[in-house]
Parts: sequence; structure tokens; C-alpha cells
Amino acid sequence: MNSIEVKNLTKKFGNFTSVDNISFNVKQAEIFGFLGANGAGKSTTIKMLCGILEPTLGDAIVEGQSVAKNPDRVKQNIGYMSQRFSLYNDLAVGENLDFFGGVYGLSNQKLNERKKWVLKIANLEGKENLLTGSLPGGIKQRLALGAAVIHQPGIVFLDEPTSGVDPISRRNFWELINELSSEGTTVFVTTHYLEEAEFCNNIIFIDDGKLIAEGNPKTLKTKYLDKPILEVECSSVIEALVILEKSPFVDETSIFGNNIHIIVNEKYVEEKQITALLEKQNNITVKKISKIVPTLEDVFIHLLEMDKKK
Amino acid sequence: MNNIIEITSLRKNYGEIKAVNDVSLSVNKGEMFGLVGPDGAGKTTMIRILCGLIIQESGVVKILDKDRSQSRKEIQKNIGYLSQKFSLYGDLSVDENIEFFAEIHNVKDYFKRRDELLDFSRLKPFRNRIAEKLSGGMKQKLALVCCLIHEPKILFLDEPTTGVDPVSRRDFWKILSKLLKDGITIFMSTPYLDEAERCNRVALMNAGEIIALDTPQKIKEKMNKQIIEIVCSPVRIAYQAIKRNTMLEVQMFGDRINVVVENYKLELPSIKKALTENKVQITDERIISPSLENVFMHLIKDAE
Amino acid sequence: MNLNRTRAIAKKEFKHLMRDVRLLAVLVFSPVFLLGVFGYAVNFDVHHIKIVVYDKEQSKISREFINGLTQSTYFDLIGYISDDSYIREVLDTKKAQCVVVIPVDLSQKFYSRQEAKIQYLIDGVDGNTANIIQFYVTAATYSFSSKLSSEVLARSGMRSFLPLNFEPLFWFNPDLKSTRFLIPGLIAMILIVTAAVSVSLSLVREKERGTIEQINVSSIKTSELLIGKTLPNVLLALLNATMILVVGYLLFDVVVKGSILLLFFCTLIFLIACTSIGILVSVISDSQRLAFSIATSLTMLPSFILSGFVFPIESMPVTVQILTNITPAKFFIRILRAIILRDVGVYAFWDQLVYLILFASALLTAAILIYNRKEKNN
Repeated sequence: MNSIEVKNLTKKFGNFTSVDNISFNVKQAEIFGFLGANGAGKSTTIKMLCGILEPTLGDAIVEGQSVAKNPDRVKQNIGYMSQRFSLYNDLAVGENLDFFGGVYGLSNQKLNERKKWVLKIANLEGKENLLTGSLPGGIKQRLALGAAVIHQPGIVFLDEPTSGVDPISRRNFWELINELSSEGTTVFVTTHYLEEAEFCNNIIFIDDGKLIAEGNPKTLKTKYLDKPILEVECSSVIEALVILEKSPFVDETSIFGNNIHIIVNEKYVEEKQITALLEKQNNITVKKISKIVPTLEDVFIHLLEMDKKK
Repeated sequence: MNNIIEITSLRKNYGEIKAVNDVSLSVNKGEMFGLVGPDGAGKTTMIRILCGLIIQESGVVKILDKDRSQSRKEIQKNIGYLSQKFSLYGDLSVDENIEFFAEIHNVKDYFKRRDELLDFSRLKPFRNRIAEKLSGGMKQKLALVCCLIHEPKILFLDEPTTGVDPVSRRDFWKILSKLLKDGITIFMSTPYLDEAERCNRVALMNAGEIIALDTPQKIKEKMNKQIIEIVCSPVRIAYQAIKRNTMLEVQMFGDRINVVVENYKLELPSIKKALTENKVQITDERIISPSLENVFMHLIKDAE
Repeated sequence: MNLNRTRAIAKKEFKHLMRDVRLLAVLVFSPVFLLGVFGYAVNFDVHHIKIVVYDKEQSKISREFINGLTQSTYFDLIGYISDDSYIREVLDTKKAQCVVVIPVDLSQKFYSRQEAKIQYLIDGVDGNTANIIQFYVTAATYSFSSKLSSEVLARSGMRSFLPLNFEPLFWFNPDLKSTRFLIPGLIAMILIVTAAVSVSLSLVREKERGTIEQINVSSIKTSELLIGKTLPNVLLALLNATMILVVGYLLFDVVVKGSILLLFFCTLIFLIACTSIGILVSVISDSQRLAFSIATSLTMLPSFILSGFVFPIESMPVTVQILTNITPAKFFIRILRAIILRDVGVYAFWDQLVYLILFASALLTAAILIYNRKEKNN
């Protein structure tokens, strides 16, 4: 069963096409990754799927409701959370939950039940009177997610929920996302951190408002990247990156931790080409060169570069 | 003068909270220094003290061999600060933003420098665009250009790549590497450990204190543990099973888990047993050298 | 102090003003709009008092008296009543502000040389208007009465003679138009509110956006920042002042009798005092909402009530008189009235200018001190 069915969704602002005829489906209870560079049209798409923005053309059925025809019905069945706005810092934890519960029409026993549940998942039991602004980032984020699903929507939209969050809090947060999905909630998430996208069941990439790739993490890595990809471990990483970028046997470069990933073309024959370039000509020590299975980030950067070349 | 920044016994409290608790460290001229830690570790407070935006409770900060609290004017001339919010004026154009920051830093002849900066940040085609209308990555680059216009010797970056896509992040790092080549010292805070790997030296910060300070390489070596990486599914169940049955430290990474062990030969059988008992399907297992993220999670665990 | 940096801030501030056309339109035209509204609404002149007459006698004399009343523009005769019971109804329903009751024995008393009494029933709800009505009817009665007595005396061959009469000459505002008196107050009030509010918002906006950090991290001085922020707003307020004077002349015939140059100079000093309020407010508050409410409540009511704009300061209790010093509008209104209405030189009000300068310096110093302390401790 599909939680979202998007058909030829298009949004134009004057002459500018922000979202250009995209179609995809999201299955019930899956974690769906929605990826793209800044300004690719992600926010516009999410706004349309949430029933906040009217599509110029096309439609999307979200939890059985059409966003073009019944945007208000759509809003009742979804939850939404973003890094930019989530909770009122000047209200207590309990007051925030009362507010969000109230907005979604919960009251009395139902509200109390759900408040208890949110406090539990945010590790804030018995701390309802704390001021929200005083909470550590990770906890606040869990609370924000709890508030977004306080009315038990069929689907929750998370717009860059882990932006600027440390690795530990990010892990805990993804555990929570997993939990929601295993309980049957569809999770629609955007992120700039592609190691997180590995957690998703299915992913789509958009660029310039167009859908450029879709599939699960495994197929994306094999289907869209057919050239070999090498990991170069060396000193002066970024210096080496700039040098490799300009060399004829390299198509694309990207940086991972203190390693460089390069996609090479037919001019590449052997490792010596790299060591010669870096060590002999530029005095950079190469520690290791190995052929690797690409990560999603490799795929992402590759797709964007390809799209730009078009 | 080798230490461009020298911090001794720095403290700053907010009421009961010790945001910075007796921190001493020094930064070498021309290096990229990373301050890494979870939210609320005190990273931003540190940077704000160094930039002279807030004043410490006690301790001494020396920048360019001058006392922070006594030579404010001299120091401000030589530093640039990029805050988390990318402080730009949305209603001014790219050029106008740069012009403003040049003028408040009293830079008279900034036109050439502006063109250079616009060139190498690839913002030149957008110079007349209103800042509000730039994409996230471009805004970040513009903010960086604005704090470079007065040719600072030290650049402070507070979580500069938050909310920026991988391609823009890569471009941003290229700009930083050019700055390093020009001899600028960079002091950055980041919650992302893959970025910290690229720094010359890294300070791991937790609850206001520095818990490790060295080159990424040395920090990793000092951990002196082995990491078993197991690709398996379902990951969550595997994580809990190992935690419950072996008392070992387990870390989750996407579709795999890492187990921190003293000796993998001794521990591997019990780990496998715990997994098979819980019907976890194992795709792959191998020994990996620890990443900074492994070390970080390990150290934070110890601190708790 | 570095002029280049101050100019940089001022230039940027000016660009912000120019970029938001809607806001600019509001800032430029709302003072003129306010002047129009206030100028017509706040008007203490009383003309066309509605009267109803209960003429119990209906004699020649009584008709003559009524004619005398209604010939002036002060009174409008609405109608006659013929029964006591209507008096209350007429006043209750506000059909008339005053009921004139002429006694049944007016002529009889007159011819028998006795004093007759005309009764005026005045709606006293609005005390101010009631006072003015009383003044007018007293004057009307007095003049009719002396006319009668001179007729009587003339008939008996004597000339009437009043040992003392009065001839008031109103200087500076000869026809006692209250708008002429009120416009200086309005100018002061409008300028103080707009200047203080716009300045306070502009600095707080930088706090909200986080751009203040970049400014603080440069070697700019607090005084340079604050002065740079203030300048464009002062210029805008000067434009406002000019427009108000022009509109005041066009709509309400208020002519500046004194030196225009002196007027602008004093206005500039006043505006600096006003913006110093705005700056202090912006230093204290962290959100635009808070800044707006503090700035309006610090400027609006004091400049209306305590400035001498409407209520004479001399008739206030001493403690309140001391309190009036919290609003620079008090000093400025005195200056404005002196220049606009009296055409006097600076010798007559230099002390007021000194007050304004002291006021501005005190507030600006406080603002700089608080700013330096506050910004560095959080």
C-alpha cells in the first residue's frame, strides 16, 4: 500500500519552475529519503505534499487525500518537523505538548496518553515543567519529533531534522525514526548527511526541480555509478584534491574524512599515475590507494555533476 | 611566535552550568584547528570568547601574542568570525554586503580584494543579487567572503557547514584549503567528525572540558582498541543483543555496527553467538582501524 | 571615533530604509496622516452650540433676547419647547447642549426695575465644553442686559456709563484658534514616537538576525555603531518634520512666524534626544515586539499628557510637574510655540535647548554603558 502517490507534480513561481513534473510513490511505513542540493526544490515539494502550497500542475495523494483538491484533509493526517522551527523555546515542555495536542484536536484522556508517550520517547518523564529552551539539542529534537506525531499521523515529514547535531544525538534520533517506522508510521525525510540516507528503505534525488535518480541505497550505488571509484589516502588532502581534480584521468573528486574519492575514466590505467602526480610533482605522500564500493555520497555528487554538465 | 592563540585555564559559567571549565590549549600559526564535541559541550562559548564577543570568568587568552582583554582593537583587526547563522543582510546585494563589512573594518581600498574573493568563491556572476535570493551554499560562501575582506590572520568558524549539501561543502573546503595555503590560521568548531579528520589538530570537547587534544592520527592511535565492523540486519536488534549479552561497547553506523574490543579473537565468538541467538543475519565482518567518530563516541562514553 | 565606520553603518542603514518601499511609505506618510487626523479631531474650539429655548413669556423683550443669541455663530437654535418635562428629554438625547429658560415675568420685572433671572441648563458631561458654553452665555446675557439698561436710561434722557469695561487682545493667536496652539504639540508627539520607535527597531532587528555578531567582532566602537544607526533615522524624521509643517500650513493655516533655520536647528537637537530614547530601548530589549511596546509607551503617553501639549503643566500637582521632565517633548513644545507662534529668538528658550542636550547625553551614555556590559556577558 502506498502512503504517498505523486503524479506529475509541478510548481512554478512566475517563470521559474521550482518543481518540474516529478512522480514517485512512498510505501506505507517505510523510511523514505528525499535528497537534493540546496535550492533543488525539496522544500517546495514538501510544502505541496503537506497541503500548504497549491501545485501548479499534477497532484499527490497523501494518506488517501488529494493535495490539490483537499489540502485541509491532508493536513490532518500528517506530521511535520524541521530544524528551523519546531518548538516554542519560551514555553515549558508540557505547555508545548498541550499546544501541539490542542492544534491537532486532542483533548482530555487522549491528550494525556499521548503526552506521556512523547515524554517517554524524549527521555523527559517527570520533567514537563522544564523550559524548552533550556534543553540540550538532542533532547529538544526528540521532543520536537514527538510533538510532530502527537496526533498519530500516518506519515511524518522531517525536513533536515539532524542538521547541526552531533553524532551521538544523531544516532539516537535515527533510532527513534526506526521505532516510528516499525510501528507503522511512514517517515519522509530530507538530509544533507548521506551516511544517514543509508538508513532509508528508498531514496529519490532531485536537482533543479527534476527527479534524477531513485531506488534503494544498494541499487543507487550500482545503477548510477558505472565507472570505477578509488579512495586515495594521502597527506595534504585538500591540496591533493585540487591537483587530482585537474588531471585528465579523473572525472570527479570528492572528500571523505581525510580521504579523497576519485571517479576515474578510461585514461586511468594504474596507481602509478596517481603517485607520480602527487608524490613526484607535488611532494604529497600517498599512503594508500584502493578501489572501493561507492557510498551514497559518491553517487550523490556524481549525479549532481552529471546533471550540471547537461 | 609559533602559538598564534594561547589559552590558559579558561572558565566561563552560565549560572550553574560550567560552559567552559578550565580549558588550556594553544593553536599553531597556519594550522587548521578543530574543536569537536556534542551540542552543549561549550564549543560556541569558546569561539565567542576568542572572538571577544563575551568575556571569560577567569583565565587568559592571548591572540597574536597580545592579551585578549587588553588589546581588543589590535586583535579585532586581525580576526574574522563566521557564526552559525551566516550573518548577512538579506535585503542587501552580494556586493553591498561585502562593501559594508569592508567599511566597518575600515578597509579603504577593498575593490581589488573583493573581486579576488568573488572570483575564487565563484560568486562573481551573482554579485548584484540580493543575499536573500542566494542558495544555502552561496550564502555560506558570501558570509565567508565578508569575514575575509579585511585580510584577517585568524579565521574563526562556528559550525560552518551546518545545513549545506555535500557539493557545496566540498567547495567550501576547497576555499578553506586555499586560505591555509595563504598562511591564514583556521579555528573551527564542528559536530561532524569526518570534517574534524581534515584538521591538523583536533580538540575533543565534552561538558566544557577538553577530553583529547592531538592530531587526528595520534588520537586514533591512542585509543588502542580494535574495532569489529559487522554488516548485518536488523541492525537495531543486533545492537541491543550485543549490548545485553557481552557488556561490550557497541556503536551503530548506518547499515553496520562497530564493536570496540581489546582483542577480537577473544570476543568474536561471544558476539557471534549473541547475534545468532537473536536471529540476526550477518553479511560481513572485518577488523577496521578506528575512525575519529569511533574514538569520540568511546571517549564520551568514558566521560559519562 | 572613526568617521568612516560611522558612515559605513549609516550608509547601510539608509539602504535598508530604501529597500523596503512599503515600510518607507509608512514611515514617510504616517506622520502627515496622523497630523491630519489629530488636527481635525483634537480641537477645543466651541462653535455652533445647539440650544433649545423654553420661552415662558413670549414677549417682545424675550424675542429680542433670543434673536441676539442666535445671531452669533456661537449658538444654533434647534427649536422651542413649551413644557418643563421636555427639558430633561432634550438634554438626555443630546438634541441640545444648552436649554435657555426665559421666565414668565421677564417684561414685568424689567418694567418694574427688578432683576429678572434667565436660566441656562447646560450639559455638564464634558466639563471643558460646558465651561466654554457658560462663558459665552454669560457674555451674551451681560451684553443684552447692558443694552437694555442703556435704552432705559436713554429714554429718561441719561447716557449710560460703565465705570470699567474690558478689551482683551489676544497676542500670537489672535482669533484663539486651538489648532494653532496644538500643532506644535502634535509635531513634537509625532516626531518623538516615530523617531524613537524606528531607531529602537533597527538595532533590535540586527540582534534577531544575528548580524550584530559580525559588527561586534569588528573593531567598531559602540558609539560609532549607535551614531551610525541613528543618523539616517534623524534625517528621515527631519523630512517628517518638514512635511508636517507644510501640511500644517495647508490644512490649518499654521504659519511659522520665526526663523525657519532656527526651527530646524532646534528640531535636530530634539530628534537626537528622541532617538536616544530609541537607542536605550533597543539596548535593553532583545525582540522587536518588546522594543516596540517599550518605545511606544515611553513616548506616546508622556508626550501627550505630560508635555504641556494639551494640559498646562503649571496647573499640575508639583510631583507630576517634576515627572514631566521625562519627556523631551515638553522642552521642544515650548521651543516650537516660541518660534512658530511668537517669533522670538533663541534668548527666550535657550534653557530648553540645554535641557534637551542634557537629556540626550544622559540617555546615550546610559545606553553605551548598558550595551557594553550586556553584550559581553551572555
